[in-house]
Amino acid sequence: MAKVTIDGQTIEVPEGTSILNAARMIGGEIVPPAMCYYTSLETSGGYCRTCMVKVVKGSEKDPRPMPKLVASCRQPVMDGMEVQNITSPEVIEARAGVVEFLLMNHPLDCPICDQAGECNLQDLGYEHGKDGTRYEFERREFEKKDIGDKIQLHMTRCILCYRCVKVADQLCPSRVHGVMNRGDVSEISTYIEKAIDNEMSGNMIDVCPVGALTDKTFRFKSRVWFTKPVEAHRNCTKCSGNVRLWFKGADVLRVTGRKDEWGEVKEFICNECRYDKKSVSDWVIEQPTHVDRHSVISQNHYENLKQMKLDTQRIKAKLPEKKTNGNTK
Amino acid sequence: MGRQLLINDLDKEGIATLAGYKANGGYAALEKALKMKPEEVVSEVQKSGLRGRGGAGFPTGLKWSFIAKPPGVPRYLVCNADESEPGTFKDRYLMQRKPHILIEGMIISSFALGANTSYIYIRGEMMYQFHILEKAIQEAYDAGYLGKNILGTGYDLNLYVHCGAGAYICGEETGLIESLEGKRGNPRIKPPFPAVKGVWQCPTVVNNVETLAAVVPIIDMTGDEYAKIGVGKSTGTKLISASGHINKPGVYEIELGVPVEEFIYSDAYCGGIKNGKKMKAVVAGGSSVPILPTELILKTAKGEPRLMSYESLNHGGFITGTMLGSGGFIVMDEDTSVVKNLWNFTRFYHHESCGQCSPCREGTGWMEKILHKFLDGHATVKDIDLLWDIQSKIDSRTICPLGEAAAWPVASTIRHFRSEFEEYINKGESFKDVKHYFRVNNLQPA
Repeated sequence: MAKVTIDGQTIEVPEGTSILNAARMIGGEIVPPAMCYYTSLETSGGYCRTCMVKVVKGSEKDPRPMPKLVASCRQPVMDGMEVQNITSPEVIEARAGVVEFLLMNHPLDCPICDQAGECNLQDLGYEHGKDGTRYEFERREFEKKDIGDKIQLHMTRCILCYRCVKVADQLCPSRVHGVMNRGDVSEISTYIEKAIDNEMSGNMIDVCPVGALTDKTFRFKSRVWFTKPVEAHRNCTKCSGNVRLWFKGADVLRVTGRKDEWGEVKEFICNECRYDKKSVSDWVIEQPTHVDRHSVISQNHYENLKQMKLDTQRIKAKLPEKKTNGNTK
Repeated sequence: MGRQLLINDLDKEGIATLAGYKANGGYAALEKALKMKPEEVVSEVQKSGLRGRGGAGFPTGLKWSFIAKPPGVPRYLVCNADESEPGTFKDRYLMQRKPHILIEGMIISSFALGANTSYIYIRGEMMYQFHILEKAIQEAYDAGYLGKNILGTGYDLNLYVHCGAGAYICGEETGLIESLEGKRGNPRIKPPFPAVKGVWQCPTVVNNVETLAAVVPIIDMTGDEYAKIGVGKSTGTKLISASGHINKPGVYEIELGVPVEEFIYSDAYCGGIKNGKKMKAVVAGGSSVPILPTELILKTAKGEPRLMSYESLNHGGFITGTMLGSGGFIVMDEDTSVVKNLWNFTRFYHHESCGQCSPCREGTGWMEKILHKFLDGHATVKDIDLLWDIQSKIDSRTICPLGEAAAWPVASTIRHFRSEFEEYINKGESFKDVKHYFRVNNLQPA
């Protein structure tokens, strides 16, 4: 077991746990946001740089601080490590910078985007972004590509988190899409326009943090906050069959995997459950979904965030400029 | 002129062939090394104080000692010949003129590391050198220096040349490994480091061409002798690719510790500034290191003369110093526009960013666009501060050092040449296209 202190709160976690997961075990406002990391997908994380934290003490054995900010999703904890997240002005500033970079080329089409309301980037922008942009050039655009009749690809909204690529690598029998080109023109695409069509491909939609991959069968049907989520299951031979149904009135508008409080799907579901079973009689309904406060679907979500922002500022104001020796006693 | 260990005999006939190389003392070091124990070879390299010639200057012996040695797992040596840094062309020159020194160095190093398969990852554009290396390797196989049971010692080594597809990012060691494995050349997230999990998830050492070639003279003359060359912790000789507005551009082998002033103005080296002009700025180690104005490159901030060594060039940190880097020495005369030069560098990094992590993917393009605004005469004072802010948000916040490489030139140009940015702002569009850095390859008078 390793003892790690994050923003003054200490927890013991198994060796090899990432800083991000240790923070999630503590919970609350000290958890760094993550746009590309996905617990159930191996080798995910490290790309978006939103989860960067400052390690002020490397470990008990080697107490030197780490010279650079580290991506907390990929950095394993060491015994005696001390980490600053929201208590470090450097981290807050770096995160604001990353959010600015992510939003720079992201279209502000939330009013017509199906992801609005459950979009990680929307939340991130609200929490850490500025109200205006300093970017004055044309935003980049991509040619539209058709990747099949179930999934809609909007490349302009993509933040290149690589999650969907990992889904295809790790869940699907074969991968037919990937990242083409490089730099700021790299895009998610199939090599020759080919439909992405295999049993687990729909999970790409669930893991996408933004509206780049959306469900064509749900497209423009309703804003998510007008739908009511319930937990349901069915006997499925291909997957666990544990899903979340999104109702509007008596109609099931869409089916997704069940996401946990960090927005990650607990069990991936197959395409049959997702696309073909849209009548109530297909499902055994268990209970209404607990909508946690970290969700736009919950009322006053942004008010809570505003309060959190103020709290962060308060914490920052209280902190002395430089901590002495990282001693927290 | 100091001692030359790598390019001393390039004028000898047939030095690019095995026979010519052997006639000039080639492969003697290999025979000597194979009689030693692998640990002894490593300790010789450690004693020599050899530092990585690819740019970072990490002690080679130390790097070799880090390699994990789990039983039953193969180890690999990879030679990084993906030389693409603007201003650097030493490895290409060495491989083209004297391919066998690299092959000999690789056999010795592979032996020291216990690797039975080694790769040379060569840049995609260097097709000519690729064929030279292939031919040289075939010669070495035929002579029994490669393959099974080398020189009767029972040591086996297979050496392959792998051609990249032309991406700067594949010169980053983990990006190179990904590309070598046949994947997209995205740098990996460290840890684990290649010394633990590299090629095919096995322990791997990645070294620059010049580093591996330098192992040959080290074994020849012993590490202690090699360590006597140079100054302080910068031992041995270094190939410098000198370019820009100098009378004699080209590849020079210097003993580390030559004063910068002597290197630029002495006839043995660059031979002074072209057309009798004054020097304005120097990029001392390839495009990614900070640019320095004349007064800071010749003398440190303390007033001591600056030497061509890792420590002396780094004196003063990034505020008043720079880095030896890969030895791409670009000299600019008084007519050069550093802003235009910076735009050109930034354009390069924008083009070469792999697009994996957000700050570099988005930030490099943004910086290029802002710099283009300066050249077009539409920039305002706010843009200088914005540029500074963007670079500070890329610097050290990325997966691999490409972000830093893109940020440092921007930071240093603003730091040392802020007035020139202001000149572009004040003169507006009338200033457009007045000054060029890439005039005409330095061949014609201005």
